[in-house]
Amino acid sequence: MNSIKKHDLATLGACAVLFAIVQTLLFVDFIGPFWELNIILILINVILSVSLNLINGYTGQFSIGHAGFLAVGAYTGAIVTVKLGLPFELALVVGTLCSALLGFLIGLPTLRLNGDYLAIATLGLGEIIRICILNIEYVGGASGLMGIPRFTTFAWAFWITVFIIFVIKNFKNSAPGRCCLAIRENEIAAETMGIDTTKYKVMAFTIGAGFAGTAGVLFAHYFYIAHPASFTFMRSFDILTMVVLGGLGSMTGAITGAVLLTAISAVLAEYPEWRMVIYSLTLIILMINRPQGLFGSKELSLKMFRLGGSNSGRATESK
Amino acid sequence: MDMGSFAQQFAQQLINGISLGSIYALIALGYTMIYGIIKLINFAHGDIYMLGAYMGFVATTMLGLSFVPALIFAMVAAGIAGIIIERVAYRPMRNAPRIAILITAIGVSFFLEYGMILIATPQPRTFPAIFEASVFNFYGLIVNSQQILILVISLVLMAGLTYIVNHTKVGKAMRAVSFDADAARLMGIDIDKIISMTFALGSSLAAAAGVLVGVYYNSIDPLMGMMPGLKAFIAAVLGGIGIIPGAMLGGVIMGIVEAMVSGFFSSTFRDAASFVILILILLYRPSGILGKNIKEKV
Amino acid sequence: MKSMTKVLSMMCAGLLMASVFAGCGGEKKAGDTIKVGADIELTGGSASYGKSAQNAIKLAFDQVNAKGGVLGKKMELVVADNKSEAAEATNAMQKLIAQDKVVAVIGPNLSSAVIASTAVNTGAKVLVISPMGTNPNVTVDKDGKTKDFMFRACFIDPFQGTVMAAFAKDTLKAKKVAILIDNSSDYSKGLAQFFETAFVKNGGTVVAKESYLQKDTDFKATLTKIKANNPDMIYVPGYYQEVGMIVKQAREMGLTVPMAGGDGWDSAKLPEIAGKSALNKTFFSSLYSAEDKSELNKNFVAEYKKAYNETPDVFAALAYDSAMLIVNSIKTANSADSVKIKDALAKTAGFNGVAGSVTFDPQHNPVKSAFIIEYKDGAQAFNTKINP
Repeated sequence: MNSIKKHDLATLGACAVLFAIVQTLLFVDFIGPFWELNIILILINVILSVSLNLINGYTGQFSIGHAGFLAVGAYTGAIVTVKLGLPFELALVVGTLCSALLGFLIGLPTLRLNGDYLAIATLGLGEIIRICILNIEYVGGASGLMGIPRFTTFAWAFWITVFIIFVIKNFKNSAPGRCCLAIRENEIAAETMGIDTTKYKVMAFTIGAGFAGTAGVLFAHYFYIAHPASFTFMRSFDILTMVVLGGLGSMTGAITGAVLLTAISAVLAEYPEWRMVIYSLTLIILMINRPQGLFGSKELSLKMFRLGGSNSGRATESK
Repeated sequence: MDMGSFAQQFAQQLINGISLGSIYALIALGYTMIYGIIKLINFAHGDIYMLGAYMGFVATTMLGLSFVPALIFAMVAAGIAGIIIERVAYRPMRNAPRIAILITAIGVSFFLEYGMILIATPQPRTFPAIFEASVFNFYGLIVNSQQILILVISLVLMAGLTYIVNHTKVGKAMRAVSFDADAARLMGIDIDKIISMTFALGSSLAAAAGVLVGVYYNSIDPLMGMMPGLKAFIAAVLGGIGIIPGAMLGGVIMGIVEAMVSGFFSSTFRDAASFVILILILLYRPSGILGKNIKEKV
Repeated sequence: MKSMTKVLSMMCAGLLMASVFAGCGGEKKAGDTIKVGADIELTGGSASYGKSAQNAIKLAFDQVNAKGGVLGKKMELVVADNKSEAAEATNAMQKLIAQDKVVAVIGPNLSSAVIASTAVNTGAKVLVISPMGTNPNVTVDKDGKTKDFMFRACFIDPFQGTVMAAFAKDTLKAKKVAILIDNSSDYSKGLAQFFETAFVKNGGTVVAKESYLQKDTDFKATLTKIKANNPDMIYVPGYYQEVGMIVKQAREMGLTVPMAGGDGWDSAKLPEIAGKSALNKTFFSSLYSAEDKSELNKNFVAEYKKAYNETPDVFAALAYDSAMLIVNSIKTANSADSVKIKDALAKTAGFNGVAGSVTFDPQHNPVKSAFIIEYKDGAQAFNTKINP
């Protein structure tokens, strides 16, 4: 037990150092506003892909409507700050809770479906959410909710991301987390083992949705506006690509996927018409040749560098 | 509104719905056939419909063909495209996990859409006026001759498909493969060829829908396949996925519901209504209206 | 547990990657070009508008450069795609200003995108001129104060809506009007709102208010509903792609009353989509017409056709004027300093554009006359000119 605690503290320490470095760089303007924007975007995408990974990767449920939860978080958070004039911290909490609640309500009936049907259902739900928002005048309808103050800073985004990664990692290693993994491997067998599959599927879905909501609040409070066009199926597809690229079921994979794809998107900004074509081609080729993504469901670990290879000593988590 | 005009509105919306529904039915047929045979939701199917519309556009503007040759041209071209896509993107994935194939399908869909934007620019294109539409007026109900054309062509194509599936050897093979692929292989059926055939047939039907839409609504653009593709999929599920008459039924129902929602409620919710139908069907009768509930054996 | 350390390394790697790009992108020598940015929609739902704008601005700068450029330097266009999304518009604006160091930005076209990115360009003191952002809040904030660095090249919604309302009542003698709104466009909603207010104030009634979404193709159901209410006129303040289909289907349903709309109708594609005979008895308000016989416009239309093989639409025309306005301001200010260009632009008066003359009022909106254009057998015919 002690070694685990020490490890966590060391990681936390490393995070703090990283944070201090980047924050100073931002402060002295060595990293300009353009890069700050991209760093924060990367962090938001990391939260999104890690939360989707919880649903798709760890629990094996095919959800492709994640943008809907992002939208709900963004809008509810914005309502709190813009319409009700309450502080940012409260907006974060409200956004997360509202998305989680929606995830729970949606998850309960639809998680009975399997594979392909669940995918289409979640796609449909994502679209329904967006269409509803488009028609609600209170939040601006087609014009979007404008005038959102920029409360998101690097500090907020960074520490929330670290927090969420920790929570999900711990969830995975806990008993409910193992139930989710069991469900992913073989749902019927898990059911036979006495696991209440619906309960854990809904749990994973709710948590994933909630964190997507957090990302939404951060997003809205950085870009000054929440607009339905930012939450289309394309957005869900982007997040899905990040998770799949990195490896479904791997946290490291989800993070890598997010970083890589945001960076590629920024680079391809020079050739906008080609961006989607390249994205989709990459995805197709990747799926044909390496469907498990970059990391599969393995996590990167220092054990890899140990003499004798990764199989010496303790068994690493692998598929 | 008094009863008389309500009935008239209702009847008019019904007419609107049926012609819309025939389009969905044509696209849904492709979905249902492909799902029936390799259990794949071909996300790219809606974009084949778009491809068909553009082929029709090319046929009528650059090749100067008239309606029926253009239709045949588009159907053949899309059939070939379907075969190529299956060969390149789906065949290598036969044994891959479901999620990977689905993602590949989504990838192909986006590739077709954005590839078309690159080639043809995002500006919508208009079809030349191949046919002047005449409007018929029955007791105050307006019916457009193009609507009748759509209905007739859809019926003809569906009848043709049903004939192929039920009364030819190829059709028999298709049904065999969709029932049990391994047994079919043991019986000496060339699975790969049959699957390609299915893709070709499904794609050509979607292309026909695309051309009809191009002629009727007069405007096509690279992203036109997204929504109709999704709705056609919902139609296929509604009628019973894998069941051909189900796709036709589902398509018409979807069209009518959409027209009713637009007419009596609000047009901006029409897409949402389609998705609500999907959720309801999946929750309460997942095998669809004409489907049989097959329990999964462990 | 062990994964955490590697997670950290991944983040480090990511940031390292980012800094590599920073290194690459960093020092750009002050060259002999004046850079102007375009934050426009090149992908996504409004891609066709952005493409028109890009074509037009490129044409404008090519023409200027062929004549020797401005202040001895060539004009250079840097384009950034905002993917038709407000958040991406902010991203694109940031990139153009911080990375590419442009001195002015044209676009976005979508009002919500312009408003979203205002904080970015205002903070950096770089002016933004939106070719088609018609929401009043683009140039004026909540308290009515003019936003210093924000300009537009088009009307604002209130003017257009009111103009058409007056036309409907006075010329078309309509007493009952049905309005069909594009619910996914704040431009359309704004126009409809102002039209309705003005029309009702003049004693008319709105008998039906229906809506649709962009990319819809089938309007029969909604039109059937409108028909049941017997309007004297239908106001459709949307964009030409849907309007074309709406007019066509309306005529097929036996709706023969006049139909009217705003400058979103303006495109050579409209008669193609709707069909020439369907467009009889339709009118729209515009600040531009490709048929306008002024020398400047005829040259513009000819050159645009030569370069891009299509007739310019209103998005192209306004983007062209925006580009030329900036060039003009650089010349007047005799400097490529972003603040001086902004000051010169604000003082522009009587500038001759392809979409009419431009004089900016204190709210940075151009004071322009509106044209009411009628379609006769598929060709645009000038009907009335209404002065502000």
